[in-house]
Amino acid sequence: MAKNDNGNVGGQAVGAAAGQAPRGAPERPPAHGLSGVAEAARFGDIATRLSFVLMGFGCVARRQFIKGLLFFAVEIGYLFYLIGFGLQYLSRINTLGTKLFNEVWDEKDQIFINTPGDNSMQILLFGVLTIFVTVAFALVYFASLRAAYRAQLTAASGKRPATFLEDLTSLLDRNLHSTLLGLPAVGVIAFTVLPLVFMVLLAFTNFDRAHQPPGNLFTWVGLGNFQDIFWGNPQKSTTFFHILGWTLIWAVFATFLNYVFGMVIALMINKKGIRLKGLWRFCFVLSIAVPAFVTLLLMRQMLGAQGAINILLQNVLHITDAPVNFLTDPFLAKVTVIIVNLWIGIPYTILITSGILMNIPADLYEAARIDGAKPVRQFRSITLPYMLFVTTPYLITQFIGNINNFNAIFFLTEGGPNSLDYYQGGKTDLLVTWLYRLTVNFQDYNLASTIGILVFIVCGGVSLLTFNLTASSKKEETFS
Amino acid sequence: MSLRARARLSNGVIYAILGVLSLVWVLPIAYLVILSFKVERGPTLDGYIMPKGYTLGNYIALFTETTSFNYPQWFMNTLLVAILSCVISTAFVLMVAYTLSRLRFAARRPIINVALILGMFPGFMSVIAIYHLLKLAGLDKTLAALVLVYSGGAGLGYYIVKGFFDTIPRALDEAALLDGATRWQTFYKLTLPMSTPIITYAVLTSFMGPWVDFILAGVIMKDNYQSYTIALGLFHMLDREHITTYYTSFCAGAVLVAIPIAVLFMFMQKNYVEGVTGGAVKG
Repeated sequence: MAKNDNGNVGGQAVGAAAGQAPRGAPERPPAHGLSGVAEAARFGDIATRLSFVLMGFGCVARRQFIKGLLFFAVEIGYLFYLIGFGLQYLSRINTLGTKLFNEVWDEKDQIFINTPGDNSMQILLFGVLTIFVTVAFALVYFASLRAAYRAQLTAASGKRPATFLEDLTSLLDRNLHSTLLGLPAVGVIAFTVLPLVFMVLLAFTNFDRAHQPPGNLFTWVGLGNFQDIFWGNPQKSTTFFHILGWTLIWAVFATFLNYVFGMVIALMINKKGIRLKGLWRFCFVLSIAVPAFVTLLLMRQMLGAQGAINILLQNVLHITDAPVNFLTDPFLAKVTVIIVNLWIGIPYTILITSGILMNIPADLYEAARIDGAKPVRQFRSITLPYMLFVTTPYLITQFIGNINNFNAIFFLTEGGPNSLDYYQGGKTDLLVTWLYRLTVNFQDYNLASTIGILVFIVCGGVSLLTFNLTASSKKEETFS
Repeated sequence: MSLRARARLSNGVIYAILGVLSLVWVLPIAYLVILSFKVERGPTLDGYIMPKGYTLGNYIALFTETTSFNYPQWFMNTLLVAILSCVISTAFVLMVAYTLSRLRFAARRPIINVALILGMFPGFMSVIAIYHLLKLAGLDKTLAALVLVYSGGAGLGYYIVKGFFDTIPRALDEAALLDGATRWQTFYKLTLPMSTPIITYAVLTSFMGPWVDFILAGVIMKDNYQSYTIALGLFHMLDREHITTYYTSFCAGAVLVAIPIAVLFMFMQKNYVEGVTGGAVKG
């Protein structure tokens, strides 16, 4: 019934406007984004302008019933969400809650009466969720206004506005990008962007182990955590700068040693006249196929005080009397993790470089040989530049990957040996493993989030820098 | 020394180096297999390296002693999660990669930049927030949550697949569009059938993820042992209170996981190389 009424109202409006475009309006479909909304506000007729309050009204008025009702349903749904759930959190996001959990002794009934307090974490998390929902709603809202105005323009030019079926089929053709990106985008927003925004916000709060909801409240502290980490708190800043230093040293060693040794081994396997190439390659690649956590845990066991390697050194080869502290001596542990990481990483380099090596045009070497170039010279002038050219992006991602190389450190040493000079950190901790400890073991979420942001800045800086360097060097190269 | 003798000598040196290095790489894995047949169950060896006796008992125990560590159940859990998340992630990755490679629309550049930026935050920084969101939805400690977490953000990993799509000539698409195909049809009937290598790559990488992850799984599952995945379960066998009884079971369980992963990896080796070198390697 209501639908019919709407249809009639719309019919009159269309009748009144038929054949003439709104005065002063541009002779084209509504623009993208907010300017399209502004056009709808300036040049829209009654039905279009009513859509600002009743979403989808303009569409229904132009007989786009299903589309219009869907818009209306979104509006109703959003209002229900806001009143039933979102608003109570959103309204308190500026303080993150003020009411403490309270326990009062009731003389009359001889019991404690608990009054639940505010839960700062819920307020922040659901507040952020509500902001996301609101942004999504705003996008739909703007789209509905543009749709109403578009329908008005189409009707004014004497044509029939697109039917729902036509709209649907355009999703498989002209608007295929919305169809294909829709679900993946929802997934990424829900499981990556939203949690990330929440965690980034935590870096500006005092959500540490002393402020754990639901018993306690936490609140905004501005840049306090960053100040702590850089100079405010001596223990934290010592820990941070030492771990940052070791992280960078580790990343450089892990990346370049893997690259150099891997390439040398690949060159040996690929050298002319070496037989059983398949067998050699298989021996190395086999270790990739075993999950890294298995091999790393095995290595930790083997390198322990009573592990196979110490027994080999003491009881079989009689090289040492006491067990070597491969993983518990601060310096030795650093060397050990780098070496074990070589074991993990070199096969990947071999796998990747041997394919590229086979791909270098043979006539380059032929020409070099005729010109009298020795093998070393051939390597320096042909192999290395070619390899660097092809694998630079790989090297950059490897470097970033090593800054964030959680597995190697976590499974081998768990960041240890621990140090009293450090704030909850160990001598082989990388920034990421320190972050993990602070989150999972110590609940210092604010500090962990601050570190996360700093890791992001380091990674972003490194990639920007190297990207610019390689972008300029690529122009000079002639391979490709 | 003649040229030939010199070549012989240098090849000899290379064989020696390769031989030693191969041993370094193969021995730990061989040792893992040996330990999985060890009779004594603890991790310590007390002054000797090779086990005193061999048995199949460790493998049998994995499938029979299931009261505290339910290996068959974990295996089925992981298989289920892997299959479901593999289907969803592959679909997501292909959709995003195709859109960003082939279709032109206003938000394309911004989307690529945002994806790049998101990739630079440490991965599990967001784990805690994800856990609480799942709890809100009543999904914490369930396998469904794992599937969502593994596949939800998969669209961000579009890069390698996009690189492959970029190498398919656009002229093919244009010809199909001229012949009246919709853009969906060019995606579904033209591009996808030409992309089997990269689809294999996408399927296998996403399938292998759940078998080796234990960080996300650990945070989501907490103490719900029945819903553990293999990696998480094996990791717990090495907890201080379990290691003396379960060390050899861990080895046996690890060998059993490694076999299918190894087979899959050998299968996709070539695609993997093409992926990371951006198609620079042909052949």
